[in-house]
Amino acid sequence: MRPERQSPPPREATTGELEAMDVPVKLPDPVPSPISRQSPSVGLSMSRSLRSVGDAPSITFAADIRSGTRAESNASSSFESFRRAGSRPGAVARLPSRRSASERAGSQRDLRDEDARFVYINDAARTNAPPAKFPDNAVRTTKYSILTFIPRNLYEQFHRVAYVYFLILAALNQVPQLGVFSPVASVLPLAFVLGVTAVKDAYEDWRRHRSDENENNRTASVFVNGVFQPKRWKEIQVGELVRVVANETLPCDMVLVATSDPTGVAYVQTINLDGESNLKTRYAKKETMSTPTEALAGLKNTAWAIGVAVYTGRDTKVMLNSSGAPSKRSRLETHMNRETIVLAVVLVLLCSLVSLLAGIWLHNHDDELGVIPFFRKKDFSDPNKVENYNWYGTGAQVVFTFMMAVIQFQVMIPIALFISMELVRVGQAYFMVQDKHLFDDKRQAKFQCRALNINEDLGQIKYVFSDKTGTLTENRMEFRCASVHGGDFSETDGGEEDGHAVTADGVVLRPKTAVKTDPKLMALLKDGTGAKADAAREFFLTLVTCNTIVPIIADDEADPAAKLVEYQGESPDEQALVYAAAAYGYTLVERTSGHTIVDVFGNRQRFDVLGLHDFDSDRKRMSVIIGCPDKTVKLFVKGADNSMLGIIDKTMNTDVVHATEKHLHSYSSLGLRTLVIGTRELSQAEFEEWQMAYDKASTALLGRGGLLRGVAADIERNLRFLGASGIEDKLQDGVPEAIEKLRQSGIKVWVLTGDKQETAISIGYSCKLLTREMTQIVINSNSMESCRKGIDDAIAVVNKLRSLSTDSPRVPLALIIDGNSLVYIFDTDQEDKFFPTSSAISLFTKFFINMKTSIFPGANDVSMIQMADVGIGISGQEGRQAVMASDFAMGQFRFLVPLLLVHGHWNYQRMGYMILYNFYRNATFVFVLFWYVLYTGFTLTTAITEWSSVLYSVIYTAVPTIIVAILDKDLGRRTLLKYPQLYGAGQREESYNLRLFIFIMTDSIWQSLTIFFIPYLAYRKSTIDGASLGDLWTLSVVILVNIHLAMDVIRWNWITHTAIWGSIIATLICVMIIDSIPILPGFWAIYKVMGTRLFWALLLAVIVVGMIPHFAAKAIREHFIPNDIQIAREMENSRDSGDALI
Amino acid sequence: MDTSDSEGDSRKSNNKPKYSKFSQQELPACKPRLTPGTVVVAFSLIGVIFILIGLASLSASQEIVELVDRYDADCVPTGDKVGFIQNSETDKICTRTLTVPKHMKSPIHIYYQISGFYQNYRRYVKSRSDKQLRYKNDVHVTKDCHYEANTDDGAPIVPCGLIAWSMFNDTFAISVNKNTIEVNKKDIAWKSDKNNKFGSDIYPSNFQKGSLIGGAKLNESIPLSEQEDLIVWMRTAALPTFRKLYGRIETDIMANDQVTVVIQNNYNTYSFGGSKALVLSTTTWIGGKNNFIGVAYLTLGSLCLFLAMGFIVLYMVKRRTLGDPTYLSWNRDTLDHRY
Repeated sequence: MRPERQSPPPREATTGELEAMDVPVKLPDPVPSPISRQSPSVGLSMSRSLRSVGDAPSITFAADIRSGTRAESNASSSFESFRRAGSRPGAVARLPSRRSASERAGSQRDLRDEDARFVYINDAARTNAPPAKFPDNAVRTTKYSILTFIPRNLYEQFHRVAYVYFLILAALNQVPQLGVFSPVASVLPLAFVLGVTAVKDAYEDWRRHRSDENENNRTASVFVNGVFQPKRWKEIQVGELVRVVANETLPCDMVLVATSDPTGVAYVQTINLDGESNLKTRYAKKETMSTPTEALAGLKNTAWAIGVAVYTGRDTKVMLNSSGAPSKRSRLETHMNRETIVLAVVLVLLCSLVSLLAGIWLHNHDDELGVIPFFRKKDFSDPNKVENYNWYGTGAQVVFTFMMAVIQFQVMIPIALFISMELVRVGQAYFMVQDKHLFDDKRQAKFQCRALNINEDLGQIKYVFSDKTGTLTENRMEFRCASVHGGDFSETDGGEEDGHAVTADGVVLRPKTAVKTDPKLMALLKDGTGAKADAAREFFLTLVTCNTIVPIIADDEADPAAKLVEYQGESPDEQALVYAAAAYGYTLVERTSGHTIVDVFGNRQRFDVLGLHDFDSDRKRMSVIIGCPDKTVKLFVKGADNSMLGIIDKTMNTDVVHATEKHLHSYSSLGLRTLVIGTRELSQAEFEEWQMAYDKASTALLGRGGLLRGVAADIERNLRFLGASGIEDKLQDGVPEAIEKLRQSGIKVWVLTGDKQETAISIGYSCKLLTREMTQIVINSNSMESCRKGIDDAIAVVNKLRSLSTDSPRVPLALIIDGNSLVYIFDTDQEDKFFPTSSAISLFTKFFINMKTSIFPGANDVSMIQMADVGIGISGQEGRQAVMASDFAMGQFRFLVPLLLVHGHWNYQRMGYMILYNFYRNATFVFVLFWYVLYTGFTLTTAITEWSSVLYSVIYTAVPTIIVAILDKDLGRRTLLKYPQLYGAGQREESYNLRLFIFIMTDSIWQSLTIFFIPYLAYRKSTIDGASLGDLWTLSVVILVNIHLAMDVIRWNWITHTAIWGSIIATLICVMIIDSIPILPGFWAIYKVMGTRLFWALLLAVIVVGMIPHFAAKAIREHFIPNDIQIAREMENSRDSGDALI
Repeated sequence: MDTSDSEGDSRKSNNKPKYSKFSQQELPACKPRLTPGTVVVAFSLIGVIFILIGLASLSASQEIVELVDRYDADCVPTGDKVGFIQNSETDKICTRTLTVPKHMKSPIHIYYQISGFYQNYRRYVKSRSDKQLRYKNDVHVTKDCHYEANTDDGAPIVPCGLIAWSMFNDTFAISVNKNTIEVNKKDIAWKSDKNNKFGSDIYPSNFQKGSLIGGAKLNESIPLSEQEDLIVWMRTAALPTFRKLYGRIETDIMANDQVTVVIQNNYNTYSFGGSKALVLSTTTWIGGKNNFIGVAYLTLGSLCLFLAMGFIVLYMVKRRTLGDPTYLSWNRDTLDHRY
């Protein structure tokens, strides 16, 4: 990920036209280094999360080191010089003592002393002496230690309100007067649920602990007593000097003091941090210590480097940034809370009713309570003193009854639901990760499920906001067109792919990527004369010099005699430009901090890089000052067209400017990224003036960035126009098809891009985001007023179209809106009164409010990913930062289709059903208990044994619903992909809504009535004992709810069969075991009652009567009011049988 | 630092998920479906089976001869019923005569039926010690028995608790046509209770010695496992109106025979407004007389047949081709502009 993308995220969020510019070199506030090559703040790019937004930690030096080292030669920071510097204990570096929010304010902020971190180089003892409190370099990513595990894990688990509720009830149960369950039975379900989660957490933490140990025990070479000695990573301290050799990993954040390169350059690879395989340059500098190089970056292409550890252990950027993504809740879970509250109200009603009736009963029998055999309030054991036993008055009894009722009926709120949902999500995640359709063969990238609590949101997406670059596109730029001196050279079709190998020192060098060339331009470069040819040559000279690309030379596997040149750099645009230049005969062969060597048509030339102005988002351009072999000094600038056209000297050759502007427009319409290139020769005086200003600015302690920007702006003016380039960023495979599917499925797709409007629209067509049938509404305003007018017009157009088209109320519409207008709309939206009509709000605010259940796939927009309800990272070439912040990560944009349409649909449907079913099955059980309580003098006795009561929701009926929620498929993959509209079921919340909830709850009441009253009526006035009847009820409930589930299962495989029938059998076995314990009152009841035929007759009657309504309703619904899923399933079945016939 | 993981991932030559039918969610599965055919067949089948079961159980229930005689009101003088029953001096013998309407085949079960007695009342049902009943060493485990746990001097009451204390103590002596008939009181309790739940080495002690007598007294020389009336009583009833087996008559009783029952009316149901009745009943496979189950099955069976017919009519009236894509909502939209 390139740092520029991290610059204040709200900008991108609010300004539709994103990526401020398509200028290759994209770096934030330049933090200049004295040799003014490149901002070292590339370090930023390695950070992993939002924390790093805009924070390039500034490091200031105490005076003595600056003065002390200034005398030393810039060019050589050899090991010797390092030793001198290092052995002087007085050397001190001042760094921010703690990376904090204040750092983000800006890199040029002056540090207050108390914030400063003083690092005495090679004097760890002094550095770490109080008051400095620097952590050692041991990292700990574990959450728990052995001692803290139990309290901390419990603390975290009890963040769930439901668990607190169950805990309170378990505690209440321990009060003697309220003891509904035996103490063990009352805590068993909660303990079981907590235990399962705790085991899961402990295992995960143990794995983290193991990986920490591995990291901490790696060794690094540390300077101790004059020699480098191996030392374990965890023992490294701030201030120590660490030597890293090629291909080693840095153990902590360090500031380089010396490298094997005489200019003090080191190349690091940050693939471990952000997945970028590009090499990044770091400089060992004395005057201005640059950004620390982060831990875990790998040293490449540099024999060795020595750095001073500045941030260790938990202060390292990696650790600071490794805080996970904010946790999100799925929409389904939020909705579930509503039904949970309904159930809680029902629970309170039931309990109030019971306690009220109990109060009335006690009141009516008040006279008799003293002696009646089943109450006997009076204790006669002491004949002289007859006392009330265990009696606190009717009022207290009512209160007790209420509390006991809550304890007895507590499972109305399903305790096992939460753990079931977690398990189901793990299962669903497993299937998503394992799906071969979501595997990116090209990059060998697996689908990643990073958030485990929003799986089901994937089935309810209404809006997709997608970044363009790197998400829809490959982010692999290809040079397509050049406009040079008013001439358009885009006929690359005729040209062949030209690798253009060059020979250097007898070795054939071949660029890794070949680019098609335009033969006319080629001819012009080789043999042309005149202004146009000169401009063309300077054009390519600019391309090859004005960048930060480093050529890496590697063996060519195909041709042992030749070497491959790979251009490594941070911007893919620059890479494309340099490869293109190579194809046109300008091959970059070598780059050091001071010069570049370019092979111009076989002729090696050396260009001195005298100065470099980095890209920044204000100027939107980058420039270099080059000392050419002919002793002239030239300024080469490249930048975005709107920023460049302002500094072009328009008096020169207006024809060229006009022609080029026309070309730029046509390139944009083709969807190309455009850059404008200009140059200016600098006179000696101008150069010297610049150099003075530059030196002054770059050594300034305060406001360095701003000063440098000023210097750059001063010199970048009156440019001579050279031309423009058009770079194509290819769409990824299958993107148009994917977008089309998404649109068909009813998802509104928004693409956010930093391109110009023409480019954006053209890309819109090419990725099928826009079609010819669509009416485009363009809002592109510069002021609040015009924006409002634009909106009014848009609404008028929409209304007119609606009224015109009678045959289909769905008018295909597209809205194209630019960043400024969005900002106005946001502003006015907050002020609220600005909107003249409510329909305007529905048109625009809908899109923002409805970001609920929106999805944001993006390769690099961390903040957007985190803000979206579902953030999807594309683990492409842009690096891992987006992936780290995302909830799901995948290799290709097109995987969004199977992810949403197939897995999302399944996940939602499964989870929705599971939640409803869990509510239903627990309510059924509670209602059965409740009916019985009405026949026990309202005293909350249960015929069902307490063990069956507590095992019911965690064992008897838990497994089948989990299995079904993981495995069942309402429709096959083929059908779901063939009819994307089926996705609408999730958007319309068809699997979980209040209507379904009421429906299933009615069913639950009906079934509980049959379960209770059929046996009741049959056994009225009989010898039946409580335990036998209780066993009948237990089995009836379990069988009934399992058959209810079985009836709704769509695909039966052997696992489903095992789970459903197995849990009925398991219940029977459990009941038998419970009834085999002689000291329980119900001893042997199940065996006895199963021996009577009446038992079986009743069981059969209960099941059939209980299921008839559900069965009939299902038959009616499926046949007479079928939904889309039902029809599609029938189509699937007829297709299956058709296949079988063939 | 979890980066080591990802490093490993990217280096692995092939981390493509392994294909298996399970991991791709393609396990062979059957997809049962509710076609009109299955719905009609299911309802008809259930209807027929239920009607058959209903007829069978109804006829079985009709075979049963059951005599119920409520005697609680007639066996006490009007006036102070509670005072009468509580007075240990009064003569509580009560003679009832019943006429047998139909031939009763042996064995004829004698039950007593009590109503309004909440044997499932929470306070009551918990007031027992199963350990004490089972293990000799645990006779002192009486904490759940409340005030019927120990005597004043601390000796445990065996069996303790309200349930045992309130044991039924009416007795029935039966004669048919003036001939006394022996009532067999053996094996009226569950065998499992006798063998495993009540200890054969535990004898009643300190039972019913308090100032308030709840019910029957026990012969202290007979171990608990042989105290069948107690065992029957301790199987607490599920519902407030219940029957308990008192004994059996091993001889047939002819139609129109006069059955005379001499009742020792000791048990106090008067204080809570309960009722007592004597029940003589034969049995068949369905248990006691129980028309409900037969009627219920017949009703259900007919309902299912009716539903089957209903569905046939509905399916005829509103035909729909299964799996016709024109019924899909987005195809319907364009047909009847409603959506």
